[in-house]
Amino acid sequence: MIENKPLLRRAAAMVLAGVARAITGVRPIWQGCTPSKRQRIYFANHASHGDFILLSTCLLPEERERTRAVAGADYWRKTRIRHVLARDLLNTVLVERNWVEREQDPMVIMLNALEDGHSLIIFPEGTRNMTDEPLLRFRSGLYNLAFARPDVELVPCWIENMSRVLPKGAFLPVPLLCRVIFGAPVELSPAEDRHAFLDRARQALLELNPEHQRSLNHG
Amino acid sequence: MAETIWLFLGLLGILTAASAVATMLSWKSTRKGDVLPSTLANLNSRIKAWWIMIATISIAFLFGKGGVILLFAFVSFAALREYVTLTHTRRGDHWILLGMFLVIIPVQYYLLWIEWYGMFSIFVPVYCFLAMPALTAISGDTERFLERVSEQQWGIMLSVYCLSHVPALLTLPIPGFEGKGLLLIAFLIATVQGSDVLQYVFGKLFGRNKVAPKISPSKTWEGLIGGVISASLLGAALYWLTPFTPLQAGLMAGLACIMGFFGGLVASAIKRDRGVKDWGHMIEGHGGMLDRADSLVFAAPIFFHMVRYFWT
Repeated sequence: MIENKPLLRRAAAMVLAGVARAITGVRPIWQGCTPSKRQRIYFANHASHGDFILLSTCLLPEERERTRAVAGADYWRKTRIRHVLARDLLNTVLVERNWVEREQDPMVIMLNALEDGHSLIIFPEGTRNMTDEPLLRFRSGLYNLAFARPDVELVPCWIENMSRVLPKGAFLPVPLLCRVIFGAPVELSPAEDRHAFLDRARQALLELNPEHQRSLNHG
Repeated sequence: MAETIWLFLGLLGILTAASAVATMLSWKSTRKGDVLPSTLANLNSRIKAWWIMIATISIAFLFGKGGVILLFAFVSFAALREYVTLTHTRRGDHWILLGMFLVIIPVQYYLLWIEWYGMFSIFVPVYCFLAMPALTAISGDTERFLERVSEQQWGIMLSVYCLSHVPALLTLPIPGFEGKGLLLIAFLIATVQGSDVLQYVFGKLFGRNKVAPKISPSKTWEGLIGGVISASLLGAALYWLTPFTPLQAGLMAGLACIMGFFGGLVASAIKRDRGVKDWGHMIEGHGGMLDRADSLVFAAPIFFHMVRYFWT
């Protein structure tokens, strides 16, 4: 049973990528970097369950295979179906978001996954953004990862339109064209503190948003 | 049918000639310099896309009525998706948007399949016209209500209602022309798309005076007049596909091409308003589905009703 799982995951990943393409016609825009097989942490804006599927669809097949999304354990362990989906099909890295009750340190789990050679997709806002703000404040996990693994590239990825395709609470996706815009990797400077780094990373992601650029152009 | 074979061979000949000319031009220019000029690279990908489009249409024609209806249902889907992507939507619109794709497109094309003309012609402009704002109002979100509702209506009218008039030509009972509806569709597509190509060619060769400089830098009077006249001649030459006389065929083609020009102009105005160059990237070299279909959107309903009024 166990040895079948990679095959099952690969099949699931292929099907999901196909569905994502058919519905959203998703295109990657490599604005600040190029597709690469280097170990990376992709950090993106988050408003929909479809986000990480869309992002991984844009990656090279080999890179997609070793890239895992970090997701909230409290949500994905809530029901048996969700747990099976997250663990066996989507191959997510589940971390507990609740400070008080958690048994395992999220940092340890994420660093273990990096240690195993995986690339990660993380959503530094910590939850799906339901506000009218384009991007929420970043949680500190991104900083801790950058500090612990300076050798891994941190790539900002702006996911466009997915919140309209599959908003929170919706079950069926509306077909709209989506793009994922990959920016230049963000590096932690030697003297930079947590706040400054998180602000800078957030700004780097925000600047990839075409609407943000449009509003700058129009004053 | 002999006509189908002649049409097919003719298209094959034109595409082969176009590919040969483009290959020769590319070969000449790469021999001198090392980079292909962007116009030429674009021409190459446009011609390549034409091969794929003509192959797709031919396959759909092989399957007859069902194939053509499915093909245009897909064109409507792709066009509507490009359109809605550029509009302002809110969370409360989710169900309406889903309905546009999952209910309105299938129902409109199903009505064509069962040839219920009365319902086909009013389903969108009466029932959907009233149901969509009603459902949006029930969702309770009034922010930019008028704008959202109008944009949805426009999208459905352009991408679904107008476009569905192309396969609707199959349902017209033209005396003495029974069972040849596919040829009439081929005539419409060939003249309207031919006019687009000819306008592009005349514009590139002789274009000086812009028709609407604020909307589109590539639409010139020289291109328009040259394109429409030559496409009308093309239509007259293709009269054997239609129930028309050569003169009638030329006039109908001319009318369709002028409508097609306005379709392209309106599409350009929308794109300019939204600050994009193309509707999408589905068809390489051309842009999105709507970049290719915008002229058909305007030409098809008028062509359909002219034929329906004068020939049935």
